[in-house]
Amino acid sequence: MTVRLDGTTAAQVASAISEERFRQGSSAVGRVLTLVIIADEATQADAVHAAARAAREHPCRILTAIPRPGHGPAQLDAEITVGGSDGLGELAVLRLRGPLAHHVESVVLPLLVPDAPVVVWWPGTCPSTPAHDPVGALAQRRITDSAENSRPLHLLQALADGYVNGDTDLAWTRITPWRALLASALDEPYDQITSVVVHAPKTNPSAVLLVSWLEGCLKVPVTIKASKGPGITGVDIHTVRGDIIVSRPDGRIAAIARPGMPDREAALPRRSIESLIAEELRRLDPDDIYGEVLERFAAGASSAPKATEPALAKKATAKRSSAKPAAASTPTKK
Amino acid sequence: MVIFGVTGDLARKKLMPAVYDLANRGLLPPAFALVGFARRDWADQDFAQIVHDSVREHARTEFREDVWNELSKGIRFVMGDFSDNEAFDTLARTVEDLDRVRGTRGNHAFYLSIPPKFFGPVVEQLERSGLSASQNDAWRRVVIEKPFGHDLESARELNDTIGKVFSSGSVFRIDHYLGKETVQNLLALRFANTMFEPIWNANYVDHVQITMAEDIGIGGRAGYYDGIGAARDVIQNHLLQLLALAAMEEPLSFDARDVRIEKEKVLTAIKLPTDLAAHTSRGQYAAGWQGGVQVDGYLQEDGISPTSQTETFAAIKLEIDTRRWAGVPFYLRTGKRLGRRVTELAVVFKRAPHLPFSETDTEELGQNAFVVRVQPDEGVTMRFGSKVPGTQMEVRDVNMDFAYGDSFTESSPEAYERLILDVLLGDPPLFPRHEEVELGWKVLDPILDFWAEQGQPDQYQSGTWGPQSAYDMIARDGRSWRRP
Repeated sequence: MTVRLDGTTAAQVASAISEERFRQGSSAVGRVLTLVIIADEATQADAVHAAARAAREHPCRILTAIPRPGHGPAQLDAEITVGGSDGLGELAVLRLRGPLAHHVESVVLPLLVPDAPVVVWWPGTCPSTPAHDPVGALAQRRITDSAENSRPLHLLQALADGYVNGDTDLAWTRITPWRALLASALDEPYDQITSVVVHAPKTNPSAVLLVSWLEGCLKVPVTIKASKGPGITGVDIHTVRGDIIVSRPDGRIAAIARPGMPDREAALPRRSIESLIAEELRRLDPDDIYGEVLERFAAGASSAPKATEPALAKKATAKRSSAKPAAASTPTKK
Repeated sequence: MVIFGVTGDLARKKLMPAVYDLANRGLLPPAFALVGFARRDWADQDFAQIVHDSVREHARTEFREDVWNELSKGIRFVMGDFSDNEAFDTLARTVEDLDRVRGTRGNHAFYLSIPPKFFGPVVEQLERSGLSASQNDAWRRVVIEKPFGHDLESARELNDTIGKVFSSGSVFRIDHYLGKETVQNLLALRFANTMFEPIWNANYVDHVQITMAEDIGIGGRAGYYDGIGAARDVIQNHLLQLLALAAMEEPLSFDARDVRIEKEKVLTAIKLPTDLAAHTSRGQYAAGWQGGVQVDGYLQEDGISPTSQTETFAAIKLEIDTRRWAGVPFYLRTGKRLGRRVTELAVVFKRAPHLPFSETDTEELGQNAFVVRVQPDEGVTMRFGSKVPGTQMEVRDVNMDFAYGDSFTESSPEAYERLILDVLLGDPPLFPRHEEVELGWKVLDPILDFWAEQGQPDQYQSGTWGPQSAYDMIARDGRSWRRP
């Protein structure tokens, strides 16, 4: 059931949530975190839908803040749903009007689940330094989506400059299956790699992050060749004795061809927002690999990558390996 | 019952509705009568109308005409000044008359809902007019509210003033923040269970945080608040009482005397940090946005001097020199215009001495905590680590909640109802006696003296969790405040 409160305050929203929960006879469900979504009217519905589905895996309180700056007086309007038909925990959609639009944190802070982690997600336009955003500063994890911004590569550059542990971008989460597939492709014995080509639209932020990641792992030149998409359409790994070609022209099935082996296929569908958010909520500690990849991207292909972890497969299993097969854990290299 | 200062906010919003609620629940004796005393020029009917209106607006239970009609028959009003002998003589006659008409058996309670500076004159008047003297086995009780003085010396003076006329057993000191229900819940939790007591000590407890946060500012109470401040207003009584209840040993019984003895023991064992600058913090709220509303800073409030040094936020670290608590710091904080309205007592446990997991598996695992939520949503939360569903071994904090509201259908009686009932029944176990009040001042006085030399308190933005110095003070010990 949805409760509407117009011209309200955060304290009233908080007591409405607990009243509603009480009315339904359930005490607090184990809410493990607060997910704050900062969106505009155009993006909020899809984002809330995705978050609500992700919340089945991670019971949480979802606060959707929609700043609506304007000349009118400051006003807070709220819609509260507790335990809706889709099994959702607690959802509050908050519209902040007038000058209040610039003080989102004042409404969000009193509504955070006590002493639980806070995740902020900007499904659309986002600040270029999320950690300096007043709401971002409250959070352990700040999720941006550079692909949804008008100049994604520009934004990535800015995100890299302002990177703080806990930042993450969905462009990076989108390529987890790609990284897993490539890591497993190199799980088998392979020859010395000379270069790699990634096929993707030129401004695809996921592609540039994949390039940066491959450079870091393989220490060979990695370039992007423009394709029409959708998303990343293929990766060619050039070795001294033939090429390993992974292609995914339709955004669904990847074909893997390598010298002396029969062609193989693997499902590699483009990922839904819901699964991206669910993955992001699975681990709330800093995503160190993303930090390194972003830094290397920003530093540009010319500068020397940090020589820390040489083996691709080892990289892929360190830390954020949730979507990767266990088989990738035994690297072999000729 | 005679209420002095009956025109005040507290009397109208809390006391009189509580009287009605008690009557409505059938807990007041039929002989109960209420006399208001104030400077207003009211007749009995006018006063009855005021009571009627405040009951209608603020009572917790539904309004029933029958109950009200019965109750209103015993309502009287006496106009006068505290220096006016004649008014008190009138009061004495009114009370005598009620004794006869209502059959109160000569039992009288005096509720002093007035600033402490008037306690003296009122008590003297009660003695002079013969109101404080009782015949046969009739009782006389007097109820006073915090603040019980503003330092040790004034608290002793206040106690002497009242003690001249009333015996210590008949003085009821009210801390309206700390309902008896809460105190009893806490005692039941600690002493009716076996699973908490074994870990309720320095072997397992890392530290304790006691927080009382308000989201409101001082409102219209500038005259009361300025010069008093957060520490005197809340820490001296409320937070130290919570500390005592959380830290005391098991009392022999829940008799007034036995509980008091244990509380006094633990209050006596409190040790202040030697470096007060490093382990205390005080602040003043600055303008900002709180909960979606734009609010003024303390220094801009009506009736507050722009150079006021009164603190609206106070945090202190205390230790308790007993075997049970040696080395366990107790962090107390309170403030106005903080993030949200909440009072809680959090016992934070030590980390497991060994974790047979990889470091990244437990990176998100915090310290276990046992949190008693005093308000709102009175209840208990336990925080512990649990595996995140999925293929990886990943341990994260989860909260397990118990809410009193869910388990007991009758809503917890308002603190004032319990209080009035206890006064009428003569049941004072959980009210602090003057010994406890004095022990509280002994803890706080050195800190207040130190602060008095420090000039302006640190500013903090309204709607946040206090000044930077509060974060620094706890970070010095390698710990951090919970976000309650």
